[in-house]
Amino acid sequence: MELVVFVIAAAMVIVGALGVIVRPNPVHAALSLVLTLFGVAVHFVALEAHFLAAVQVIVYAGAIVVLFLFVIMLLGVDRTEDITIEPFKVQRPMALVVGVGVIGLVTAAVSSSRDAIGRGNGLEIPTVTGDNDSNVRQIARSVFGDYVVAFEITSVLLVVAVVGTVMLTRRIKSGKGES
Amino acid sequence: MVRLLALDPLAIGDLLWTPLLIIILKVVAIFAIGLLVTMFMVWFERKAIAGMQNRIGPNKAGPWGLLQTLADGIKLFFKEDLLPDRADRFVFKLAPYLAFVPAFLVWSVIPLGGDFSDGKNGIVTWFGEQTRVQLADPPVGILLVLALSSIAVYGIMLAGWSSGSKYPLLGSVRASAQMVSYEAALGLSIATVLLLAGTLSTSGIVANQDGFANWHVVSTGVVPFIIFLLAATAELNRPPFDLVEAEQELVGGFNTEYSSIRFGLFFLAEFMNTVTMSGIIVTLFWGGPQGLFDIPVIPGAIEGTIWFIAKVLLFLYVYVWFRATLPRFRYDQLMDLGWKILIPMSLGWFMLMAALRLGRDQDWNQAVVAIVSAIVLIVCAGLISVAMKVSRANREREGATF
Repeated sequence: MELVVFVIAAAMVIVGALGVIVRPNPVHAALSLVLTLFGVAVHFVALEAHFLAAVQVIVYAGAIVVLFLFVIMLLGVDRTEDITIEPFKVQRPMALVVGVGVIGLVTAAVSSSRDAIGRGNGLEIPTVTGDNDSNVRQIARSVFGDYVVAFEITSVLLVVAVVGTVMLTRRIKSGKGES
Repeated sequence: MVRLLALDPLAIGDLLWTPLLIIILKVVAIFAIGLLVTMFMVWFERKAIAGMQNRIGPNKAGPWGLLQTLADGIKLFFKEDLLPDRADRFVFKLAPYLAFVPAFLVWSVIPLGGDFSDGKNGIVTWFGEQTRVQLADPPVGILLVLALSSIAVYGIMLAGWSSGSKYPLLGSVRASAQMVSYEAALGLSIATVLLLAGTLSTSGIVANQDGFANWHVVSTGVVPFIIFLLAATAELNRPPFDLVEAEQELVGGFNTEYSSIRFGLFFLAEFMNTVTMSGIIVTLFWGGPQGLFDIPVIPGAIEGTIWFIAKVLLFLYVYVWFRATLPRFRYDQLMDLGWKILIPMSLGWFMLMAALRLGRDQDWNQAVVAIVSAIVLIVCAGLISVAMKVSRANREREGATF
């Protein structure tokens, strides 16, 4: 059962990820991204991280990709493009090298740390009790307890980014900063 | 894996035939109830609006015209299914399902009944098995509703885009902007409820509301409920927030190019969303199946369902009422209401409730906490209104016309 769920979710992730890069139409590519994100959400559910799964769907599928689609539709770049044209020559060979490198690194990391998992290695494995909300509690404890400084700094960073975007897109009629 | 299925007290332990049959029965029942209720809702809306406008409304098919929706549905099935020339075929066909399936799935987490009195927690016994009168009680409960409503945005957005036509595109861009904006206010008012309930699961939220004083509409101080009601109306794209299909401007909005049963699915999804959203309002704020008093003779579990239906009917009527009474908002008014009023207000109220809760946990003087928080909130509101005035003045100076 667990294996079946894993295989289906993994297939969703991979098909979606491939779709993002091979679909010539940007809207289809964005939809493939949604498929990938859903696959990841299914993985989270299978790992009993229900809260993360829900947040994954709400934030990534529900807000971020909707924003992508919104921009694609508003800018009118939703035409099918010829993806055999390569605007930047070295990009594809480079991408291949980087991709293979990342696969190699991940495989190496997993295989070398395989026996470390499950031993007393400092990683505290949270115990899931019968409590329905243990997921939320544990995440809240680590976000608002152990990592509260990092959390707050990230939120400040996001506010700075938003304010910066607003400033950049503001058009000032008189003066040098025209559009 | 066992825990993955443990959305229901039934499924804990070995999966046997009786629990499995009960689950299948519940799925079928929820599906049938969902369709029937939607049928009823369409009739109810037409009839109630007709009454408010001094008309008769549907009265030919079946008693009091009750079967009118069924007749319309059958007619839609037999109509020609058009596929526009410039449509994106796959997405065009996919979009109605993306709108319809989430609308249905929301049903599965709403507690439709059950006995919540004396700490029974809504668990009933059917055929010797303990279960709830709701299809699933996942640990993320109410978040699932938010997730599904964010998927429903895709249905509308892609329907408009894939039609390959101007007005549907405009309608869908409006819709997605509106739904994404109001989701924030919706989420923040839900957060206030969660603060009191201390759990995400829908049955837990209902169990927390025993007695009228503990209904969240009272214990959160009405404001989150009002925000939720407004934001939910906008989220449903219902009048007075129905800019998505503003007939005078956009022909019919995102579903202009749809015909036959594909249009039927959008139509069904819209009305089903109205019913499920009323159910969610009742679950979050009005105690779900919890009653005000004990109805004599009728056993507890059925009593819960009666209370639930009564409360949902009330909100369905409120939605119809809105539609018949209020004129449509202008687009900038809609965005102003969402971003400048509802979101700051729901955030402020959430902070106030959090401060009071913290004060209670820490044994601070409640009155002092309340006064200090109120002062802070008033200062924040003042700052926001000053900022809005300044930005308006700036825009006017830069030559924008309003």
